[in-house]
Amino acid sequence: MSSTMLNTKPLPTLKESKPRSTAGTAIVVLAYVVLVIVALVMFVPFLFSVSTSLKTPPEATKLTLSNMFWPDNPTLDAYRIAFESNIQRWFLNSVIVALIWIIGRVSFATLAGYAFARMDFPGRDFIFTMLLATMMVPGIVLIIPRFMLLQDMKLLNTYGALTVPFLVDVFGIFLMKQFFETIPIDLEEAARIDGASRYQIFRTIVLPNTVPALSALAIFSFQGSWNNFLEPVIYITGGNTNLYTLPVGLANFRSLYLTNWPVLMAIAVITTVPMAIFFLVFQRYFIQGNVASGIKG
Amino acid sequence: MAGTLRRRNRNPLAAEDRLAGYLFIAPAMIILGLFVFYPIARVIWLSFHEWSVITPEKPFVGLDNYRNLLKERDFQIALRNTMWLSLGVVPTQTLIALVLAVIANQKIRGRGFFRTAFYFPSISSTVVISVIFLWLYQQNGLINFFLRKLGLPTPTPPWMSNPKGIFAMGFDAIGIHHVNPWLAGPSVALLSIMMMIIWTSVGGTMVIFLAGLQGLPSDVYEAAALDGATARQMFWQITMPMLRPIIFFVVTLGLIGTFQVFDQIFVMSQGGPAKTTLTLGYLVYQEGFTNFSMGYASAIAMTLFSIILCIYFVQQRFLRPR
Repeated sequence: MSSTMLNTKPLPTLKESKPRSTAGTAIVVLAYVVLVIVALVMFVPFLFSVSTSLKTPPEATKLTLSNMFWPDNPTLDAYRIAFESNIQRWFLNSVIVALIWIIGRVSFATLAGYAFARMDFPGRDFIFTMLLATMMVPGIVLIIPRFMLLQDMKLLNTYGALTVPFLVDVFGIFLMKQFFETIPIDLEEAARIDGASRYQIFRTIVLPNTVPALSALAIFSFQGSWNNFLEPVIYITGGNTNLYTLPVGLANFRSLYLTNWPVLMAIAVITTVPMAIFFLVFQRYFIQGNVASGIKG
Repeated sequence: MAGTLRRRNRNPLAAEDRLAGYLFIAPAMIILGLFVFYPIARVIWLSFHEWSVITPEKPFVGLDNYRNLLKERDFQIALRNTMWLSLGVVPTQTLIALVLAVIANQKIRGRGFFRTAFYFPSISSTVVISVIFLWLYQQNGLINFFLRKLGLPTPTPPWMSNPKGIFAMGFDAIGIHHVNPWLAGPSVALLSIMMMIIWTSVGGTMVIFLAGLQGLPSDVYEAAALDGATARQMFWQITMPMLRPIIFFVVTLGLIGTFQVFDQIFVMSQGGPAKTTLTLGYLVYQEGFTNFSMGYASAIAMTLFSIILCIYFVQQRFLRPR
């Protein structure tokens, strides 16, 4: 989890000072052209959604070269309409749900990950393999039995339905196990010789060294809960708008305000901004986690 | 006896670990047991029963649900659409991501910026992206606006309301007006969703490849360069074989993802127009939660899962690192 994992390696100065050949320069220019075009393709839809959210509905549907990315007459009307809905409540729900996901996933995955990495108990490898195998099961396969279970537990249409099934995820356990295996065992062994118990070792030596991995896991949990849609849309039924999270609210708005694009884009912007800020601040962790999932998987 | 002794020497905490280990994994195992393992067993069980949600009775119907699957037109349509989606998205996104990663791996400035820009869509909400693209794909939306400015044709009816198969349109042009639905290809609407999914996931895939490329040992390349290998030879003989496990992983993830596409369909099309964007994932939802045939929906879910497993094992034979 060190920060150097993905940082660009320092360029060898000797090579760099040599003048590039014409062919080499052409390749670099071509590389830039491709990268800039792709970056624009990635960026334009978001920019367009921001500009649309600042337009009136008539202006939104009359695109010109001048109002494409900035309205001729910017207005906050769309945001005003958005705030007249229940969006503050949806925002609050999204935050509460995210916090519960983070607390659950971080604590349970840390405990389990440490046990799988360091402890020797019968059936350990078998259990871990079973857990990994469940990562192959698509979420859509489980919605019906989970729905039945939540119904039996009287959790449908409660915060419980939005949080309890997601308090642990196998990927988090996997990530933490990988992390614990990379930290040197020497300190733990020294403490053991001094007669410390497993619990003391875990609490006083292991946990304080785990902060980077915990941050990565917390950020993943935030991303997962903030964007979760399939399950909330099914477990919150009967137009119970007080329990909507932002994506569910947005999808619901889409069926109500079919073509009021400025309002839809305003809600899209409100949903995306917290994630964007989070991403820019904690980018390193996002990318490391994504990479860890790729390389170790 | 000697074995246990040796083990005890290696780890004096072994006895304590036995209990502590189970205690440490207990919270995770309880939740996963309830919400993953039990539901897996339950969905298998339910696929052999009938349940309409309204009544508590769930009579055993044997293989009826699976038999109905084979007869139902919707299932065939959804299977076909899902296959087009997977076949169109997974190879394209893997290839584009690999090419972009190779380009971004050159010694260029601003690599971090490009990585950020490309990666952002893959962490954004699928609902947000679907709503934005729905707007881009409108008759008077941004995509048609650009196409018109460039003097290119725009599809009629517009993207998301166009049920014409893209191959069928080609056949139509050469005078063949009625083709088998399997040959008609994905509809323009499904193609629109496929392009959006590629747009969303290509950055995340690129980042995985980029890290893989940067993790390749430089001494192998130096040795190859000393032996006079060209850049192209190095790419095909060293880079590609070493990226094989990553390609395997990326393709597996892509398969699982594309076979359960739901959010985008729910927000953008509800399976329409003319069921050409009906996917297996959406069909599970539709049969279970709007038609209340939970048993039948479970059979679809199980079939979907079996297909993923089959493809996984097939591609494991060809792609898996040896």
